[in-house]
Amino acid sequence: MKTLKEAKIGETVTVVKLTGEGPVKRRIMDMGLTKGTLVHVKKSAPLGDPIELTVRGYELSIRKAEAENVIVE
Amino acid sequence: MNIRIALAGNPNSGKTTLFNALTGSNQFVGNWPGVTVEKKEGKLKNHDSVTIVDLPGIYSLSPYSQEEVIAREYLVKEKPEAILNIIDGTNLERNLYLTTQLMEMGIPMVLAINMSDVVRKNGDKIDTKELSKRLGYPVFEISALKKEKVMEAAEAAILAASSSSSLPYPKFSEEIEKSLSAISSVIKGKTEEKNERWYTVKVLERDSRINEELSLTSEEKDKVEFIISTLEKEEDDEGESIITNERYSYIAKLIEVCYRKKSSGLSTTDKIDKVVTDRWLALPIFALVMWLVYYVSVTTIGTFCTDFVNDGIFGDGFYFLGKGREAYEEAAEEFTSATDVLTAFGEEKGIEWEELDEDTVSLIASSVSREDKATYTLVDEETLGEEEVTVDYSALMEAVDTYEALGYAEPDTSDYGPWVPSIPALISSALEAIGCADWLQGLIIDGIVAGVGAVLGFVPQMLVLFLFLAFLESCGYMARIAFVMDRIFRKFGLSGKSFIPILIGTGCGVPGIMASRTIENEKDRRMTIITTTFIPCGAKLPFIAMIAGAVFGGASWVAPTAYFLGMAAIITSGIILKKTKLFSGDPSPFVMELPDYHWPTVSNVLRSMWERGWSFIKKAGTIILLSTVVIWFTTFFGFTEEGFRMLGEDEIGLSILAQIGSLIAWIFYPLGWGTWQATVASIIGLVAKENIVGTLGIIYGATGSAYAGIAEAFTSVTGFSFLTFNLLCAPCFAAIGAIKREMNSGKWTWIAIGYQCIFAYLTALVFTQVGNLICGFGINIFFLIVAVAVIALFIYLLFRRERKVAL
Repeated sequence: MKTLKEAKIGETVTVVKLTGEGPVKRRIMDMGLTKGTLVHVKKSAPLGDPIELTVRGYELSIRKAEAENVIVE
Repeated sequence: MNIRIALAGNPNSGKTTLFNALTGSNQFVGNWPGVTVEKKEGKLKNHDSVTIVDLPGIYSLSPYSQEEVIAREYLVKEKPEAILNIIDGTNLERNLYLTTQLMEMGIPMVLAINMSDVVRKNGDKIDTKELSKRLGYPVFEISALKKEKVMEAAEAAILAASSSSSLPYPKFSEEIEKSLSAISSVIKGKTEEKNERWYTVKVLERDSRINEELSLTSEEKDKVEFIISTLEKEEDDEGESIITNERYSYIAKLIEVCYRKKSSGLSTTDKIDKVVTDRWLALPIFALVMWLVYYVSVTTIGTFCTDFVNDGIFGDGFYFLGKGREAYEEAAEEFTSATDVLTAFGEEKGIEWEELDEDTVSLIASSVSREDKATYTLVDEETLGEEEVTVDYSALMEAVDTYEALGYAEPDTSDYGPWVPSIPALISSALEAIGCADWLQGLIIDGIVAGVGAVLGFVPQMLVLFLFLAFLESCGYMARIAFVMDRIFRKFGLSGKSFIPILIGTGCGVPGIMASRTIENEKDRRMTIITTTFIPCGAKLPFIAMIAGAVFGGASWVAPTAYFLGMAAIITSGIILKKTKLFSGDPSPFVMELPDYHWPTVSNVLRSMWERGWSFIKKAGTIILLSTVVIWFTTFFGFTEEGFRMLGEDEIGLSILAQIGSLIAWIFYPLGWGTWQATVASIIGLVAKENIVGTLGIIYGATGSAYAGIAEAFTSVTGFSFLTFNLLCAPCFAAIGAIKREMNSGKWTWIAIGYQCIFAYLTALVFTQVGNLICGFGINIFFLIVAVAVIALFIYLLFRRERKVAL
């Protein structure tokens, strides 16, 4: 099982499932990371964390700790 | 009939611009009850009976964030007559997500698709007719920035408010609709018919707030639970996720038909971000931007304005447009040093005089021979530092020339240009003219006027800073700051955006605290407010220099140590507080949009600047003014042999404050400086930290050199402890006022000040006791044990495991 945290920069992946619960999970979903969504990993911040994604046509930044809750393929 | 239109939309969708365009200057800014989230209301232009209520910018109506809860409570409980949903046309898909939720509220709604000009420019196309048909709500393409179709959208909302047409909501897939109708038959009658859909969906989402609101019986709960868990098993997902997925697939279908995106290369934002958040360039660019903000708002313009208000308008007075200022300052400086030289030679020769007039000067000049030298002590105005200066005959001749040129009198300000007297000077001459009593004059000038000056003195600098912040926020760079700096700051429970308050705090804590306004997350914001004033501000510098000079012989390590101490205090406090009950719980998710860059409008930036500045004057003003008056009174009044009376500046030992000081000085005994003098200086430091210097000067300099007096009163250990305590304890009243303004809660203000004082006290205690042990200055076993216990406590608080408590 691969998570969004492990996706490489420049890679485009599809969301399979969200683990975790509560506010973090809901927030990730609210921002458009739902099952089947295409996510492009654009870059990481200069210090390696957080990462920047392109999802549903806009730019989203997310910490690696939270990206770990997103299972992708 | 009064109509309320709720303005709802995502952050960065242009909501503020639209609100300003709709209401103009007719706005009322406050807070939502009980929270620090700003609430804005305004009358719609040319429609006195229509109020626009600006809801917080939100992405969703989940029960988890404060802003979202405020918005849904308002929509469900206050039931505005209509919703105006603003949508960023360049980001249609995600913006419509909120729309699908607003549609369930049972409130008439109009959609305003903003930035339609940008959409057109990009070559994209939104079929608003089709969108309107499919959603069942009126859709307008607007540009809030260019005020296109803005009033039309608002008027459509007014119209919708009074119409009784049906209010459709998004239909989900069949299985889910089945479960939803099963739930709705259970909760039927418990809600209004209008927002039944909203409650039904929320029940399926297992929304934590809804179950309490509906007060279901345990039997009903079981029924609902059965419906939800059956569906969850079928779909292999949780209720909340099922609904979110449904919403986004509903939107996907809409987008497919109604939106045509011209596939293009890199957008402007992409191009900017390639540089601005680049792996190597991001930090240098960030440093450059921060330097610019600091340089302009703290070092140059901001300080110039603040000095002008403090030293000009509320100080000695000023030259109109600065004309003649340099000439006067030069003359005044020459006169002062000439006086010093003449006095030194006069005393050397044993001459006595009443006044340094023509006769005295020539007497001194004639009694000095070419080989004579004289020595005097030069005292630095700011730090009271002293320097021995030896001068010879030629200096005396120069001094004599200067005196002659200036006509044997101190240069008069009005001789050098258009001199404008200061407000205190004007008021005191007016009060003298009407023969006002001394004490009343003192109260008015040194109490009230000085207090008002203390409030207003901070405003110009703050406005300059707010101008920058408003610009950085609305152009989109602030989000990048959070992105770039997050890694460093989140370790201490702070946000990447905490950098700005702390940076500005090195200049002045007041605008520093006010700058924390840009941090959305409440916990991060509170943490930033509590820790910002640990960093030494400009006003603490003279005090640091004084202790360094008097106690440590001007050692150069003292000032850097003070900054290091401040940073260490921020970091340890961040870690300690993060693990306490107050800040525990789930860390706020950092899932943040990086909005497109765009050029902000001048009027929006100015408005934001003014709103923040005004809220400081209004909310922080009272507390600053009151406390200044109280300290003034207790400093200048006291019981003497002639009874209760007003005191001179050098009689501070008789003041009420000194009495209070001796009563509570024992508190500081464990810190090694439990004297009324040090206590009084610390209390006066609350008015303004630089006042500690003046107070210590008066108290210890009464019989000779202030530095010598201080050196006698403090050892290197107690001196450092005194410095530590005053650097870290509660900031000045102005900053406390700012804390109160930003916390918007008495409880949190006290928590902040209490924490700062206790932290300062314990740190100073450890320094004193351990310092005494190391330097062999005599050990107090009891307090040494206390100090060791405090160290153990710090270590425990720093390294204990984080509390994991659900929200």
